Amino acid sequence: MPRSWATENKPHRFCPGCGHPLALKALGEAVDDLDIQGRVIFGCDIGCSLLAWDFFNLDSVQTHHGRTIPVMVGMKRARPGLICVAYMGDGGGYAIGAQHLVSAALRHEQITVLLANNSIYAMTGGQMAPTTLPGQKTETTPFGRDPEKTGRPTRGPEMARLLGGEGVYAARGTVANVRQLKNYVKKALRHQMEGRGFSFVEALSTCPTNWRTGAAETWEWVEKKMPAEFPLGEFGGDAPDGRASRPESVLREGGGEG
Amino acid sequence: MAITQQSPRPERVFWTGNEAVAWAAVAAGAEIMCGYPITPQNEIMHTWVRLAHQYGLDFLQTEDELSAGFATLGGVLAGKVAFTATAGPGTVLMQEPLSMAEMMRLPVVVVVCQRGGPSTGTVIYSQQEVMLACFGGNGEGLRVVYAPATHQELYDYTIKAFRVAWKYRFPTIVLSDGYQAKMREALTVYRVEDQVRGEAYVGRPGVPGVARPPAHLRNTYNLEEELYDLLANYTTAFQEIQPRVGEWQEEDWQGAELLVVAHGVVTRAARAAVRELRGEGYPVGYFRPVTLRPFPAEVLRRWASLGGTMLVVESAAGQLRRLVAEALAGYGFRLEGLLRPGVGITPEEIVAVARGLLAAN
Ligand SMILES: Cc1ncc(C[n+]2csc(CCOP(=O)(O)OP(=O)(O)O)c2C)c(N)n1
Ligand code: SF4
Ligand SMILES: [Mg+2]
Repeated sequence: MPRSWATENKPHRFCPGCGHPLALKALGEAVDDLDIQGRVIFGCDIGCSLLAWDFFNLDSVQTHHGRTIPVMVGMKRARPGLICVAYMGDGGGYAIGAQHLVSAALRHEQITVLLANNSIYAMTGGQMAPTTLPGQKTETTPFGRDPEKTGRPTRGPEMARLLGGEGVYAARGTVANVRQLKNYVKKALRHQMEGRGFSFVEALSTCPTNWRTGAAETWEWVEKKMPAEFPLGEFGGDAPDGRASRPESVLREGGGEG
Repeated sequence: MAITQQSPRPERVFWTGNEAVAWAAVAAGAEIMCGYPITPQNEIMHTWVRLAHQYGLDFLQTEDELSAGFATLGGVLAGKVAFTATAGPGTVLMQEPLSMAEMMRLPVVVVVCQRGGPSTGTVIYSQQEVMLACFGGNGEGLRVVYAPATHQELYDYTIKAFRVAWKYRFPTIVLSDGYQAKMREALTVYRVEDQVRGEAYVGRPGVPGVARPPAHLRNTYNLEEELYDLLANYTTAFQEIQPRVGEWQEEDWQGAELLVVAHGVVTRAARAAVRELRGEGYPVGYFRPVTLRPFPAEVLRRWASLGGTMLVVESAAGQLRRLVAEALAGYGFRLEGLLRPGVGITPEEIVAVARGLLAAN
């Protein structure tokens, strides 16, 4: 168990087989490795991420649905010495809070966003999320998501990097590979600590409860189906000086698909 | 099933309140729902999606409630009968589209399933969205708000909400709550022969500026006086609908030394308590505003002019009580409250408080 976890609140409240605790393990270990437990503020959204409000031995704030980014942005601007982490789901980050993600990336806000992509709105009982895969059945797409009507799944890290250029560190990991995910989270935190701009890590995650899948099918989904739609890796790589990036360079560099 | 073409007869069903609302919207003639997931509203959306598939209607899941509300208004402007449903923090976001609807006199139906607040609160139940429903926007609260108390009423008043919205062109809210939303109850459903029809505000036939004047719709004005004149017009129109739209229920208000006032699902407990006390010979009456806006003040004023004690019972810290106090300002009576924000209220609790008040009288 990572040192930064609060042991007295374990076992945690997530369902068996849930990806959230694995993403939070990657975060916890990254915080341990960088030895920054005393400086990190953990913000979580509404969605199953809220179940982590007392998960860590970190100062933690649970905010409103989609509003964790602006809360952490305000905190960081007020106290630049803090290391601010906003944790949320794909609904919070890509739907109701999308404007905050876009603006934080454009402004190179010095915070780190960790977003659990479980391709569904879990907490509200399994509706379509912006990341729901084509054909995936949910409560609001009972006949399968039809991209003709509801668009294609959102690719967050690619979008953030495209918007913010070199001032943005963007990566996509998976709870199926916690070690790699931890490395991305560490790089993201360093990006913030070195004042290089906005950092964003998406973690492909699981929700057996709302997917209505058994163990084997759950892992099949997160290990095979999701990466086919959401490529793993870093987008754009490290930047020497993110704050110097200009809109032209953003356009030139495109979303660099890995 | 019940509302299809084949079945003209009313039918008895055993549904949740959310199912009743979705079916009522279909029966009323709704064509589009836009929504964003939030408990305890979700099953209105889930039921509507399936009904929409069956009846060739439309559904859009938006990125938030601002978008749900504004997309609904877009549908209305295009001439469709559109609606949305939300709850709690979503009702807060819904205020912006609602205020545009007020300003532009756009008919729209918003179903609000109250949950505990403030903030994310609980996903369970409350009656704390009364002020939001009635007066939430920047403006004058030019909305009709129905507070149904049973699943039959959810069905009936959802249908009525569409009629009233499209007849008078004020946004209309059906104020449900988490208990009513999730609980199952028997009700009779029926078809509606004269369904509500939308009327296009834009994109009507003919070339604008040639065959017809263009539609120039706005919600912004340059001069104080322009706005003032417009609002004078609107408030007069709203006052004029009051006698036709305002609704209430009462039992034995005449001669009641103690009048129990409640709305929505709490009226079930209030009525049971009043019956019990009357059975024991106490001079107790019951009053229930069915529309919270416009507020039906007439009967209450007649009662208040005789004096007595009023006990307002609600699952909020005094939102209904504020409406009552405002409607009865200047009348001499004693105003008490059994105020339990965010939790349910039983007849026994009401009886106990009422006994105390009667003993003190
Ligand atoms: C303004 C507002 N609208 C809707 C909700 C209801 N709500 C709570 S959690 C949630 C979705 C959560 O999905 P996601 O962000 O993907 O997180 P997950 O539960 O899947 O981890 C929604 C819509 C809310 N709390 N506030
Ligand atoms: S509902 Fe899904 S996302 Fe939420 S805790 Fe359970 S498994 Fe995890
Ligand atoms: Mg999700």
